[in-house]
Amino acid sequence: MLEFFIAILLLFLGGLVAACSSRSDIGHRAGQIGAIVGSVFGLVAAVRVLIGGEPEGALGVWHMPGGTLHFEIDAVAAFFLLPVFGLSIVTAFYGRTYLSTGDGERDSAASWFHLNLLTASMALVIAARDGLLFLLAWEIMALSPFFLVIFDDRKEAARHAAWTYLAATHLGTAFLLVMFVVLGGLAGTSDFDAYGAVLRGHSTLSSAIFVLALIGFGAKAGIVPAHVWLPEAHPAAPSHASALMSGSMIKVGIYGIVRILMMLGTPEPWWGWALIAIGATSGVLGVLFALAQHDLKRLLAYHSVENIGIILLGIGVGVLGLATGLLPLAVIGFAAGLLHVVNHCIFKGLLFLGAGAVQHAAHTLDLEELGGLLKRMKWTGTAFLIGSAAIVGLPPLNGFVSEFLLFTSGFVAVAHPLASIATAGLIVIVVMGLISGLAAACFAKAFGIVFLGSPRSPEAAEAHEAARPMTAAMAFLAALCVIIGLAAPVVVAASAGVVAAATGIAVGTVGDQLTIVTGALTGTVIVFAILIVVGALAWGLRARRLAGAAVPRRPVWGCGYLFPSSRMQYTASSFAQPLVTQFHLFIRNREALVPPKGYFPAASSYSSDSGDPFLRLLFAPTFRWFDRMATRLNVIQHGHIHVYVLYVAATLIALLIWESF
Amino acid sequence: MPTPGSLAATVCALVLAPLLLGIVNRTKSFVAGRRGPPVLQLYWDLAKYLRRGAVYGDTTSWLFRLGPVIGLAAAAAALLVTPFGGIAAPVPFTGDLIVLAGLLALGRFATVLAALDTGSSFEGMGASREMHFAALAEPALLLALATLAHATDCLSLTAIYRAIDAAAWIGALPTFALTAMTLVVLMLVENTRIPVDDPTTHLELTMIHEVMVLDHSGPDLGYIHYAAALKFWIVGSLLVGLVVPVRSGDFWLDLTAMLAGMAGLAVAVGIIESAMARYRLVHVPQFIVGAATLSAVAFIIRLV
Repeated sequence: MLEFFIAILLLFLGGLVAACSSRSDIGHRAGQIGAIVGSVFGLVAAVRVLIGGEPEGALGVWHMPGGTLHFEIDAVAAFFLLPVFGLSIVTAFYGRTYLSTGDGERDSAASWFHLNLLTASMALVIAARDGLLFLLAWEIMALSPFFLVIFDDRKEAARHAAWTYLAATHLGTAFLLVMFVVLGGLAGTSDFDAYGAVLRGHSTLSSAIFVLALIGFGAKAGIVPAHVWLPEAHPAAPSHASALMSGSMIKVGIYGIVRILMMLGTPEPWWGWALIAIGATSGVLGVLFALAQHDLKRLLAYHSVENIGIILLGIGVGVLGLATGLLPLAVIGFAAGLLHVVNHCIFKGLLFLGAGAVQHAAHTLDLEELGGLLKRMKWTGTAFLIGSAAIVGLPPLNGFVSEFLLFTSGFVAVAHPLASIATAGLIVIVVMGLISGLAAACFAKAFGIVFLGSPRSPEAAEAHEAARPMTAAMAFLAALCVIIGLAAPVVVAASAGVVAAATGIAVGTVGDQLTIVTGALTGTVIVFAILIVVGALAWGLRARRLAGAAVPRRPVWGCGYLFPSSRMQYTASSFAQPLVTQFHLFIRNREALVPPKGYFPAASSYSSDSGDPFLRLLFAPTFRWFDRMATRLNVIQHGHIHVYVLYVAATLIALLIWESF
Repeated sequence: MPTPGSLAATVCALVLAPLLLGIVNRTKSFVAGRRGPPVLQLYWDLAKYLRRGAVYGDTTSWLFRLGPVIGLAAAAAALLVTPFGGIAAPVPFTGDLIVLAGLLALGRFATVLAALDTGSSFEGMGASREMHFAALAEPALLLALATLAHATDCLSLTAIYRAIDAAAWIGALPTFALTAMTLVVLMLVENTRIPVDDPTTHLELTMIHEVMVLDHSGPDLGYIHYAAALKFWIVGSLLVGLVVPVRSGDFWLDLTAMLAGMAGLAVAVGIIESAMARYRLVHVPQFIVGAATLSAVAFIIRLV
């Protein structure tokens, strides 16, 4: 536990020096060292708990009414600390180069303060075992990204994004506040250990707490329709901060849901159904919205919504299994959801770092302005390709492993004779099939349009490879994608302790149930090995065949036309158009078309707006209504102090009269 | 360890897969009143492609060269989990059907990226259509396999197909029949045959699969054609394994029945191609979703 507090202290100190130092190079270095060394300490604390299996705790004296300074790292907390500290090291490594080689002439060293504070507060949220302490850490975690999103505050879009983020995160916090007040009121203390006991046997109360937690934590995780802040906030923040927010911060929302489920004990079956429904909606809508995007980081942000959906599907199946007493479902479902937390952290971190490298190289993230970057940015391109294949769930990478677990839980459910369980399994299978098919289309578009073909703008044609620390950070994450894919049976078997802690099932039983999937994953690894061997042989044969032959380069086939230009290429919009049109009911893309008319067409144009339909059709009208209502209160607001004093006095008198009756 | 029987079936697949496309073409020629190319034409073509040099588009990168290699490796690896009727797959395990779907997706992703690497709008068009239809075909395939898994209470392809014998057919006739119809549609979609795509059309604008591989040549093109033949065999054996429920336990009898079924499938595809016109592209999604619905109905019938 000591290492954990050293980690928090170092993160904070590094950020503080960065914020206060007058020279930006010292600031950058201090921020980076604080983040890396602090996170290494944090990782040590987490890994020790994971290996040893014994929870570590610390109880301090806190001069705050109602709260205790209670920390504990159990297996679940340690597991969630891995993405937090692990990704923090990689983003810090990448971040200093990214910030100091950017186009901005402004001093960016102060951003380390907020970045490190974000990491530290995420870790505190995960380790907190007291309602008040939890909310305090939660609020720091909610506020520090605001300053990262508004990093480039000269841009109207960034200010708007930061505002959207702030509103969304506090709407979620409101539900958490109610939840903790209810729990604290019942238990008479805000300590987590006391919550479980008061809820035993109260199924209505437990359900109410579950709903509050699902909305409150779900808003942070980015479930539909509370996802609207993600596509605004992620593109505005610096790329390494987006990576940390998408890779780690939204997972803290998932952690919250898991933690509350652990407190609530045996779940109700409908909780599982609710999680599956929300997971399916977020998963499918997330990837559909992503398909319509033209901005690389917005596209990635929507994929975070999709992946949160996948995680919730896994947890949903697990909860359904716990509620109905079906151990294989419970174990495999939770294992799938939890493993996808780590996997998504790795490949989404990688993809956001890749997007940052693209932005540095080509000064834009607009897909229609990019193209052909693979030839100029070999490392970034290859790493982005591996990340894309991993997020799509293609073998033999890490994304496939967690999706394999989720599919397996679906098939286990499908084979069950009970109709409701079999139907749940079928829903999971079909939804996951649709999600992976659509995600493949979306990343074929994202990678294909950005990195393949020929450049669509002079900037893209002049693009340069990112600096060494940035490519090294991406290469590291890409290597992790491959390693987890090929070491899948070991990784899944190692998760037994965490799954046992999350489900409350004995470790031995969890291990037995996991042998179903570890055995299967051994089979997948054999298939992957043969896949790689056959691929290598085919590559070798091809190379030998072509070694002596003439291999000329010619223009690509254009029906005999020999001078193709980059403007003739398929664009991101045209690639996605068939799917966007087919799913128009959900995507609600707005298009404006002025078609060419007559024999000598003068002006013609086409534009499409992929703004979020939930933001446009649900939140914007709601907030406008509140705005109008609030404006009406202007009549009592004059700006004269003496009138306000009159209000205060009148209120006091009214209260006195009310009290005397 | 894989049994000798399953290895023999895999060797059969590797050797005989190109023959099926020869049978399809001969059937089409026969119906059209032509003599048509020799049944072994694809073998000669493959041998020729491997001897030739290659021409590469000047916008392409290493990914363009890697695409066909991954496509071939994915198809070959998919054979490892595909049972041949009652004959076990070489590497059967729980959930191998997910690996099958994953490997098909991997091959497709590699082909699509290689197509986009040319920067040609024809190939972009083909890539876009391929991903569109695949996004719908993937859940349909998984739905069909899930229905079979539910009906047989098994979780690996080998176990599922071993359980589909004549008695099981009598017990679950509507479910199996409807699922077989889904697989017929998926067979045509996954292998880009008429009525989804016309492999022999001459207009780039209307193609799907063929337009994506326009710029490949030499050994690369050979790999693509061979991988397509393997994929035809794989999806075909899922269908034939369901429709031909010969599970005698005698290896040679089972193998002969399956091989006859595969030949029959090739003839059937040839007849479908001769009798139907290609659908308009906007109607293909309805075709796939309709097929998926059949499997969903099959599942519900089994449930109640």
